[in-house]
Amino acid sequence: MKALNRKLLRDLWHLRGQVLAIVAVIMGGVATLVMSLSTYDSLVETRERFYAEYRFAEVFAYLERAPEPVAERLRAIPGVERLETRVVAGARLEVAGFDDPITGRILSLPDVGEAGLNRLHMKRGRRVAPYSSDEVVLSDTFAEAHGLGPGDRIAAIISGKRRSLQVVGVAVSPEYIYQIAPGAMFPDFKRYGVLWMGRTALAAAHDMDGAFNNLTLSLARDAREQAVIDRLDQQLARYGGTGAYGRADQFSNRFLSEELKQLQTTATIFPAIFLGVAAFMLNVVISRLIALQREQVAILKAFGYSHLAIGWHFVKLVLVVVVLGVAAGSALGAWFGQGLASVYQETTFRFPYLHYRLELSVVLIALGVSALAAVSGSLVSVARAARLAPATGMQAEMPAVYRATLLERLGLQRWFGAPTRMILRHIERRPLKSLLTVFGIACAGGLMMVGNYQKDAIDFMVDVQFRQAAREDLAVTFIDPTSGRALHELQALPGVEYVEGFRDVPVVLRHRNHEYRASVYGIEPAGRLHRSLDRSLAPVRVPPEGVVLTDHLASNILHIQPGELLTLEVLEGRRQVLQVPVLGITRQFLGVSAYMQREALNRLLHEGNVVSGAYLAIEPGREAAVYAALHARPRVLSMVANVSAIQSFYATIGEFVLFYNLVATLLAGSIGFGVVYNSARIALSERGRELASLRVLGFTRGEIAYILLGELALLALAAIPVGMLVGVGLIGILVQAFENDLYRLPLILTSANYALGATLIAASTLISALFIWRRLGRLDLVAVLKTRE
Amino acid sequence: MNQSNAARPVFTARGLTKTYHMGEVEVQALRGVDLELHAGELIVLLGPSGSGKSTLLNILGGLDVPTGGRVWYLDHELSGADESELTRFRREHVGFVFQFYNLIPSLTARENVAAVTEIASAPMTPEAALELVGLGSRLDHFPAQLSGGEQQRVAIARAVAKNPAVLLCDEPTGALDSTTGVRVLEVLEQVNRELGTLTVLITHNAGIAAMADRVIRLSDGTIAEIRANADKTPARELSW
Repeated sequence: MKALNRKLLRDLWHLRGQVLAIVAVIMGGVATLVMSLSTYDSLVETRERFYAEYRFAEVFAYLERAPEPVAERLRAIPGVERLETRVVAGARLEVAGFDDPITGRILSLPDVGEAGLNRLHMKRGRRVAPYSSDEVVLSDTFAEAHGLGPGDRIAAIISGKRRSLQVVGVAVSPEYIYQIAPGAMFPDFKRYGVLWMGRTALAAAHDMDGAFNNLTLSLARDAREQAVIDRLDQQLARYGGTGAYGRADQFSNRFLSEELKQLQTTATIFPAIFLGVAAFMLNVVISRLIALQREQVAILKAFGYSHLAIGWHFVKLVLVVVVLGVAAGSALGAWFGQGLASVYQETTFRFPYLHYRLELSVVLIALGVSALAAVSGSLVSVARAARLAPATGMQAEMPAVYRATLLERLGLQRWFGAPTRMILRHIERRPLKSLLTVFGIACAGGLMMVGNYQKDAIDFMVDVQFRQAAREDLAVTFIDPTSGRALHELQALPGVEYVEGFRDVPVVLRHRNHEYRASVYGIEPAGRLHRSLDRSLAPVRVPPEGVVLTDHLASNILHIQPGELLTLEVLEGRRQVLQVPVLGITRQFLGVSAYMQREALNRLLHEGNVVSGAYLAIEPGREAAVYAALHARPRVLSMVANVSAIQSFYATIGEFVLFYNLVATLLAGSIGFGVVYNSARIALSERGRELASLRVLGFTRGEIAYILLGELALLALAAIPVGMLVGVGLIGILVQAFENDLYRLPLILTSANYALGATLIAASTLISALFIWRRLGRLDLVAVLKTRE
Repeated sequence: MNQSNAARPVFTARGLTKTYHMGEVEVQALRGVDLELHAGELIVLLGPSGSGKSTLLNILGGLDVPTGGRVWYLDHELSGADESELTRFRREHVGFVFQFYNLIPSLTARENVAAVTEIASAPMTPEAALELVGLGSRLDHFPAQLSGGEQQRVAIARAVAKNPAVLLCDEPTGALDSTTGVRVLEVLEQVNRELGTLTVLITHNAGIAAMADRVIRLSDGTIAEIRANADKTPARELSW
C-alpha cells in the first residue's frame, strides 16, 4: 500500500467520531430517498403486474337493467376489445357472532369457466362450482377480518330476501384492491365485504334473469377511451345507465392512484429535503474538516506532491466517508422500504403479492448527490490550503482577525465577561458559518416536525369530519329512494334518539369546461347531525335555493364562485339537466360534495318528500338493538356506523403512521445529531489549543466548556425558532402537494409538534455536549506549551 | 537574592522521577531530582532537548504529576493532588508564559489579561499589568494587530496580572528574534525585580543564563549542576 493511502486509513481512524457523525447525516438522507423511491417503484410495479395478470378492465358502467342480447350490440362499438356483463347487487351481510351492520357487494361470476376480465386471485379454497346456487367467494380483507374461510357459512339479504351462503374460497380482485363501503369515509374490513357468486344464482336472487346491470370492458390497442364511453352512454341511456367511466374514475384504482401520487410526492419532497439538508451539512462539515488539514497540505506540497495528487488524496478520504454513508443509507433504506411496502400492502394496497424492487439508479442518485456535495466542499478547502506556499502553510497561522461585536459596539460590553465575549466574537467573526450551522440544526428540527405532522393532521381531520360535520352514529341507506314517511318509522324504533333524512343523487357537475362526478346531498338546512361547515369550521345553514360546494370542488375543480350558476346533470331517474346557483362554500377535508336543502332538491327533481336514507343518533348502549331492528327491514340497503369506522380507520392507519413516525424520527434524529456533533467537534478542533491554554492558566473544565458549549448552545437556541419556521414551511409544502379531491391535509401545527422539533434540537445538542465534555477532559495541556497552531 | 527570601522554599522537590510510556518504549524523563526554589529568585533551567527541563517545569506548574518522589508548593504537596486541586493551584499561584504566546485571538490585549484577572482572587488591573510590560498604549488591540514580541509581552502581562507566586516561562524567546527576545527578557527581569515573583525560565540558549540568580543545568533527567550567579548580567546587555 502506498504511504499516502496508509495515511488515508489512519486519518479516517483518527477522525472516526466525526466520520461516524457524517455517515449518520448521509445515511439519514439516503435512507429516506431509498425507502421512499423503492417503496413507490415496488408498489407501481406490483400494481401494473397485478392489473395485467388479472386482466383489470378499462371501462366500467352501471345501469338499471338491460336484457342480455343488448351486450352483443355493445360489443360492436369500435374500440371494444372484450366486454363482459355482470349482475351486481348490494346486500346486507350477517356473520354469526358479529352484531354490527355489515354492508356487502355481490358480483356475479360466469357460471362456467373463469371471467375474461377482472379475474380473481384465489388465496384460499376454490372457485364457485358451475351453476351452484349458494356458493360464494369472499374478498380476502373481509374473510380475514372475520376469520372466515372455505367451509364457513354466512347470510346475505339480497333484494330483501335472506339467503344462506356457503363460503368456498377467498380471493383478491384487481377491481377491489381498495375497498370502501358506499357513503363511508374509510375502509372498514369488518363492516364491508365484497363477494362473488355464480351468475345464475345471483340473477335469480336479484331479479336479473336474462339481464345485466353492470358491464366492464377492455379496449383495443388504438381505441380512444372517451369515444367508447360516449357511445356506451348513448346506448345505455335507455337502460338506466348512470354513465360509463374509465379506470381513472374507478374507485379502487382512483384511490390507489391518489395514494401512489401521494407516495410519489413523499418520495420526491421528503428525500429532496432530507438529502438536501444532508448534502448541505456534508459540504459545510467537510470543508471545515479539510480546512484543519492545512498543515498537512503544506507538508505534502513540500515533499513535491502536485496539487492534483493532494486534491485527489483528500477527495479519496471524503469519498470513503460518502460511500460508507450511502452504503449504510441504502441498506437501511431498503430495509425500511420493505417494511413500509409491506405495511402499505397490509393496510392500503391489498395486492396478493409484492415485488420489492430497489432500482440501482436510486442508489446512484444518492451516491451522486452526496459525493457532489462532499467533494465540492472538500475541494474548496484543499484549494485554499494548496494556494499557500509550503513554508507559509507550515508556519503558525497568523492569529485570526477579530473585532468587537455589534452588541459591544452598542455599549453592552460591560455586561459580558471575557468568555462571553469570546463566544459572541467567534460567532460574529464568521457570520455565514454560524448561520449555516444554525440553519443545518434548524433543518433537523423542521424535519422532525414534518414527520410528526401526519398524525396531528389525521386526528384533526377525523375530529372535523366526525365531531363537527358528520355527527350521526349511523347512516342508513335504503335500497331505493323512499317516501319521507320512512323517517317516522325509524324515529319510532326503540333506542333511536333522533333521525334526519337525506337525499343523495349521483350527478355530473359542470361549469364552463370543467366537470366532476359527485353526489348532491339534500340535507336538513340546520341539521343537528349532518352539517355543512364554513371556512372557520363553524356549522352554517344550507340556503333554501341553490347549492353549497366543498371549497376544493368550487375553487380547484370547477373554478366557480358563489353567485355563479352550476349545471347539474342528474344520473338517475329522469336524468334532468338543471341550473343551480352556487350560494356558499363549505370546508371539508375528506372527499368533495355538493349540498342542498333536501326540500329544494326534492322540488328540483319534481319528486315529493323523498329520502335516500337517514342519519341516526342512537342512545348509547342501545346500538345492538337498533342494528337488529334495522336488519329486519328489507328496504335497508346498508348501514355505516361512525364510531366503528373511526376505530377501524385508526387500527389500520395507526400502524402505518407509527412506522412512518418512527422512521422520520430516526432519520431526523440522525441528521440532527450528525450536524450538531460535527459543528461542536470541529469547533473543538479549531479552538482546542485556545481552550487548553486557558486550562493551563487555571480555567476549570467547566469554564472552558462554557466557552465552547456556550457557543453551541447559543447557535442551537437560535436554531429552535428557525427550525420551527422550517417545519412550518415544509408542512406548508406538503399541504400544497397533497391537495386532491379525496382529501386535503389541514395546516395543523400543534404545540406538541413545535415542542418535538425543539426537543430534537435540544436533545441532539445535549448529547453532543456530553461527548464534547468528555473530550475536554482529555485535552493535552502539555502539548499546548510546545506546539504552535 | 533579595531580602524577601523566606525561610520556607516556594518549591521543594525530593527524589522526583517521571516515566512516560510511549507505546512499548519507556522514557525516563526525570531520574531523581532534588531541588529547592525560593521566593524572588530568577531561575534559568538549562539543558538540551530531552534533558527533562520541560517535564520538571510541568510538574512544578501542576500540569503533570511525578511518577515517584514528592514535590511541595510551600506546605501543599503537589504530588498526588487531583485534577481539580491542580487546577486551583494553577489558577491561584502560577503564571505561565508559553513559547508561542497562546493568546486568545478573539480577545483584545486588555481582555486577554482580563480573562485571567476575572477568575483571580487579588489581581492587579489589566491596564496596570499591560503598563508594566510597556503596552499601556495598545490595550484595545487584538492579537492579530500585534507583533510577536508584543504578543509575548501581553502573555507576560496576562501571567503576572493575578500576582502569582511563581512565573513559569517555557522558551519565552524561542519564537522571537534576538532584539525582540531581549526586550521580552527585560520585562521578565523587571517583573521579577519589582514584584518579587519567583521566575523559572526554560531555555536551551546558554546566553540567557547570565541574567539568572541561579542556573540549573539538567542532563538526561538529572541535575548536572546548580550554579549561583555572583553578578547577574542585566537582560539588556544580553545577545545571541
